[in-house]
Amino acid sequence: MSAAPEPSPAASPAEPVHVSRNYLNASYTVRSWLLTVDHKRIAILYLLGVTLFFFLGGAAAVLFRLELMTPQADLVESETYNKLFTLHGIIMIFFFLVPAIPAVLGNFLVPIMIGARDLAFPKLNLMSWYLFMIGGVFTLWVTVAGGVDTGWTFYTPYSSTYSNTYVMATAVGIFITGFSSILTGLNFVVTVHKMRAPGMTWFRLPLFIWSHYATSLIMILGTPVLAITILLVALERGLGIGIFDPKLGGDPILFQHLFWFYSHPAVYIMVLPAMGVQSELVAAFSKNRVFGYRFVAYASIAIAVLGFLVWGHHMFVSGQSLFAGMVFSILSFLIAIPSAIKVFNWTATLHRGTVAFDTPLLYAIGFIGLFTIGGLTGLFLATMAVDVHVHDTYFVVAHFHYIMVGGTVMAYLGGIHYWWPKITGRLYPEGWARFSAVLVFVGFNLTFFPQFLLGYLGMPRRYHVYDAGFQVLNVMSSAGASILGVAYLFPMCYLLWSLKYGRSAPANPWGAVGLEWTTPSPPPTYNFVETPIVTWEAYEYPGSNPAEVAD
Amino acid sequence: MSTPAATPLKSPIDRPAVAHHFDDWQQQYDACVLGMWVFLVTEVMFFGGLFTAYMVYRSTYPHAFAAASQSLDVLWGTVNTFILLTSSLTMALGVRAAHLGQSRRAAQFLGLTMLLGAAFLGVKFYEYAHKYHEGLAPLLGLPFAYAGPDAGARKIFLGLYFGMTGVHALHMIIGVVLLGCFAVPAWLNRLGPGGALKIEIAGLYWHFVDLVWIVLFPLLYLIDRSAHV
Repeated sequence: MSAAPEPSPAASPAEPVHVSRNYLNASYTVRSWLLTVDHKRIAILYLLGVTLFFFLGGAAAVLFRLELMTPQADLVESETYNKLFTLHGIIMIFFFLVPAIPAVLGNFLVPIMIGARDLAFPKLNLMSWYLFMIGGVFTLWVTVAGGVDTGWTFYTPYSSTYSNTYVMATAVGIFITGFSSILTGLNFVVTVHKMRAPGMTWFRLPLFIWSHYATSLIMILGTPVLAITILLVALERGLGIGIFDPKLGGDPILFQHLFWFYSHPAVYIMVLPAMGVQSELVAAFSKNRVFGYRFVAYASIAIAVLGFLVWGHHMFVSGQSLFAGMVFSILSFLIAIPSAIKVFNWTATLHRGTVAFDTPLLYAIGFIGLFTIGGLTGLFLATMAVDVHVHDTYFVVAHFHYIMVGGTVMAYLGGIHYWWPKITGRLYPEGWARFSAVLVFVGFNLTFFPQFLLGYLGMPRRYHVYDAGFQVLNVMSSAGASILGVAYLFPMCYLLWSLKYGRSAPANPWGAVGLEWTTPSPPPTYNFVETPIVTWEAYEYPGSNPAEVAD
Repeated sequence: MSTPAATPLKSPIDRPAVAHHFDDWQQQYDACVLGMWVFLVTEVMFFGGLFTAYMVYRSTYPHAFAAASQSLDVLWGTVNTFILLTSSLTMALGVRAAHLGQSRRAAQFLGLTMLLGAAFLGVKFYEYAHKYHEGLAPLLGLPFAYAGPDAGARKIFLGLYFGMTGVHALHMIIGVVLLGCFAVPAWLNRLGPGGALKIEIAGLYWHFVDLVWIVLFPLLYLIDRSAHV
């Protein structure tokens, strides 16, 4: 592992070692990007895609937050409002949150972190990006053509029989994008099983890998169920086969079961990779081994498994039996345990460490606070009696935004900042970055904390006309959203700026451990000059917590 | 059947060039086979949604399902089951021949498998047409021939029949095309490096689709025949 790999004199002239060649400057043609099988380039393609969708979904949010400034309808009419929140939900969930961390950071880092040259199936990886974009194009077309108004949940029979909007096209888009998610999961599972470098045992894997492995399991097991559910809705809508419509003898609750069987685990598809990023950030900026490595690793798997057993907590008021409700309630409480283990262990890691408050860590600390609030309010919702009161109110909206935006987006931004020097070879302006991180935190809380209060006071979600008494809190929320919107634009600007004007990044700007920091920034096309042989544990920082007693 | 899989390097036509990102052939072989198995897991979950819907409605309308099941032709269902089981045998023989480097022979078996698959699809579409002419296709608002008290539940059964066997048939079509992609180069002795591996992986898929039918057949055709015959 020499710091500056030099061409060995023994290398034959036919195989020159290009020290300065990297995956970015290997070729400049459009074709070399659109037909690339390099996981790092595909990660960049995904980065462009998810960023586009993030700002599109954000634009919808800006519009309805503007509408919600006043209790009356003044900006949009109710049908447009329905389309706006539907679009926001569909784009943010299926086209941003689900792919964001796995397909961008995961794609880039999974092979490098385990010491491989690429994912197991590079062409499949490229195909999944194309599927993602084709699904996205369908959704964009729906947006332009007139929208869809079912909510991202597509509840039947409204979606299968009554809605006159572009349900089918949206369904096709999500169906196709689902396969991109499945293929990514498949690729990760096979890669982690079969492609690890010599010496990279399971318990030497970075926790980022563990959480991506757990995420991949959910993608593999959950997403096909979403696919068949969408197909059944399409069969009902298109061919008139009665599955969900009670008029045709079907059962709308069956749709909810099938839908949430995917869509609750999907929450963990969104947050588990964020937890993986979180572990990396906390370790790197406290220069410390993650406290209780194995517990954190197993907690990822526990979340993946338990995540499949809690879907019924979305249906406490849907006519599900009381017994089923109790079981789902208890299981939902249980899943708080592995989540709490992670939060405590990150905190303990910071507690014993030498902490540097660089931008990625600011995001990570924000994550810990916001995820904790999001998680604890999840317990309110898992309690049946409380859920009846707050079901379908802004309390739920605030809860899942604390998890998905406060958790996933914070970690995503933290991860983008942390690995930006590795991905691009450039350093970003630290002052601006810290400022935006704080601004995101402030804007986020101002946007969503009032929504807890609104929900608890009884304001239902998905209405654009509300009681005048709710206005103050709604104005606070909209004000927060505008701050948050600006705070998201900042990184976009200075990161783009850094591509041209940023200082060149060394191989390891943070002094972090992990295989990705042993290779140049940006890495060469095959990641490593020579395949690394791993003889150390994960997060082996000098003077850090002693390793757990090895078995 | 597992012997060829255990000794992937035996095949004389198979001294393949290892793809750039793998260390050796064994790693590539293992990764590809594992990849297909993982894909089949996703398929199990995909069909699982259909089976869940079936279970829910069968337990809700047990009698209507048993009665509606009578309208399916058990003879053709049985014929198709035999056809598919035989195709799994020829598929397995094809994989074995490919691993032994008998390219032509592998192509013959693949061709036979495709033929059997096509025969299955032919029978299936004959059955569909028959249902359509009988007025038992509850699709696109077509008139439904049966008007008894449990007509709604019978419609659901036949709807599920079309949905489940339709999705299965779609998998069969993909399988036949997939085999064709390997049978032709095998016949021309141009299977290339790793050809046996590709055929083995296609075989895994084929056996899986066969297995789905093994479950579909009793669920759809054989509900409580003893009570009615």
